[in-house]
Amino acid sequence: MEKRVTFGRWTIGILFAVPQLLLIFTFFYWPAGQAVYWSLTLQQPWGGGNIWVGLDNFRSILANADYWNSITASLVFASISTGLAMIIALVLATLTDRQLAGSRLYRVVLIWPYGIAAPALALAFRFILAPEAGFMAAVNKFWPGFWDPGLNGADAMASVIIAFSWKYVGYNFIFFLAALQAIPRSLIEAAAMDGSGVVRRFWDIQFPLITPTIFFLLVINITESFQDSFGIVDIMTAGGPANATNLMVYKIYSDGFRGLDYSGAAAQSIILMLLIIVLTIVQFRFIERRVHYR
Amino acid sequence: MASITIRDVRKSYARMQVVHGVDLDIKSGEFVVILGPSGCGKSTLLRMIAGIEEISDGTIAIDGTVVNKLEPRERGCAMVFQNYALYPHMSVAQNIGYSLKVAGVPAAERTQRIQAVARILELEHLLDRKPMALSGGQRQRVAMGRAMIREPKVFLFDEPLSNLDAKLRVQMRSEIRKLHRRLSATSVFVTHDQVEAMTLADRLVVMNGGRVEQVGTPAQVYSRPASRFVATFVGAPAMNMLEGTVTLDGLSLLGGSRKLNVSRAGLPVGSKVAVGIRPEAVRMVAPGTPGALDATVDLVEELGAGRVVYVDLDGAPFSVVTSETVHPEPGSAIGLQFAESDLHFFSSENGSRLDVFKASVPEPAL
Repeated sequence: MEKRVTFGRWTIGILFAVPQLLLIFTFFYWPAGQAVYWSLTLQQPWGGGNIWVGLDNFRSILANADYWNSITASLVFASISTGLAMIIALVLATLTDRQLAGSRLYRVVLIWPYGIAAPALALAFRFILAPEAGFMAAVNKFWPGFWDPGLNGADAMASVIIAFSWKYVGYNFIFFLAALQAIPRSLIEAAAMDGSGVVRRFWDIQFPLITPTIFFLLVINITESFQDSFGIVDIMTAGGPANATNLMVYKIYSDGFRGLDYSGAAAQSIILMLLIIVLTIVQFRFIERRVHYR
Repeated sequence: MASITIRDVRKSYARMQVVHGVDLDIKSGEFVVILGPSGCGKSTLLRMIAGIEEISDGTIAIDGTVVNKLEPRERGCAMVFQNYALYPHMSVAQNIGYSLKVAGVPAAERTQRIQAVARILELEHLLDRKPMALSGGQRQRVAMGRAMIREPKVFLFDEPLSNLDAKLRVQMRSEIRKLHRRLSATSVFVTHDQVEAMTLADRLVVMNGGRVEQVGTPAQVYSRPASRFVATFVGAPAMNMLEGTVTLDGLSLLGGSRKLNVSRAGLPVGSKVAVGIRPEAVRMVAPGTPGALDATVDLVEELGAGRVVYVDLDGAPFSVVTSETVHPEPGSAIGLQFAESDLHFFSSENGSRLDVFKASVPEPAL
């Protein structure tokens, strides 16, 4: 039997929820509602009324090759950076969980990157990955022209992926480590007694037992890679070269605030929101049901 | 079948030593129980045999081969854990068969061996279930099956019954005993429960504070405890202990308020000793009986088959187990009588057994 503490009158419960509801309304539902409205109208760039145009904004966006290029870039960015951030974090967390030398230090240090604002870390990586003066300059010295994110779209995409993954490795690491440490030690010992080596134990025991965490991080990472990439792209590549890193979230900004196409940007943000919603639903429907082992 | 030879084994964590030089020989096919209070190092010793705890110093050899540097899988031991440590995401069959799968045994043979083990443990109808859907006793059986299927040279049990309720514990105890008779593999069983230890053991190892206090058959340990610790730890209720001083004509107990006329043998007058007497060896007589100690009844615990009478002996606690049909009332005066041969003497300094008073008692064969 479950016991719950409840409020005698429902009004008290509502009062406690009001501050949170106000915040959500002000910063989510209201702007989202405005965006939906704008996406169905043609806004004047300098104010002064608008014209109802129905779905015309969506039609023109979806007919634009640049926009499809942006969607492709976003999907490439999301899948590679999520994969990288999760795999690296899992490897690091597994090593830390095994209490290898220095693991106490990693545990603290690896969490820091998540605390750094995206533009700050983007600036740092811009210097590190600069073809003429940074770390990659040394590589360029041996293979001239090997690396130039200013001219080569693939190099630019690699740069933003590296910067983004670096930040999320720290985030994923905390969750992976917590999940690994929640596995009873005796399970690992029992597997060792059963003759299973370190790698085999990981795949047979630890990995299946942390699948709920893997799923959670997958959802968060993919969602964040569509949204949190803005600051990194803005500082490192500004969408270039030749739109190679013009991710959906960055294109919304550049079309809206640089190109002053508020209505088109609003329509794009609606599409981005729908894309994230669909992806999340897909993940819950097809992956979540496989991760519960109990 | 394998013998285990433990030589001066020590274990330290950082700067703390928890096992201080244990020597032990376990014969092939023997059922040895390591008994001790929590924190005495018994589990650590077992885990060092298993290979999941590093040996800080000394050697452990299985069948004459020193295993200090061998991985658990190379030692030929199987272990049953206190919390069973079943893999929650695998079915019962997968749990039992995991070691075979790791060893690369073909699926057909694996299934056959899982079936065979399941039949012995009466788990056949549960093979498809997950551990979550099993009762405590069933989980315990699966854990046993997982150990059995490897046909190990050595079985290690780390308090495997302590999570079960009293009735199931008794049942599993006899099943483990039967299983040992059937497989006759060398077994080391760690427990803090003395009833479990006494009933299961061929030989009992009593540990305290990281040291072995006594090794012997359960009967030997009970009848001739080697130290004050063993005397009070083995047996329920615990052995009564009275502090005394050796005098010219015997012993002066409890700060001189009581006298005991026993032959002094070699001990110097004035030396301090502890006198132990099992509650089962005490008889209650009428107060004032010559040679008996007078005491006041404090509390009577009914056990059905008998009763435990707690008495007050000049402020010292003392208990008597009686099966007689006497019903002493709390507050009433009684006499306590016992034979001199039932007394145990221990040094007050280091707690070791002193046999000087009992020269007339024949030594039990060891």
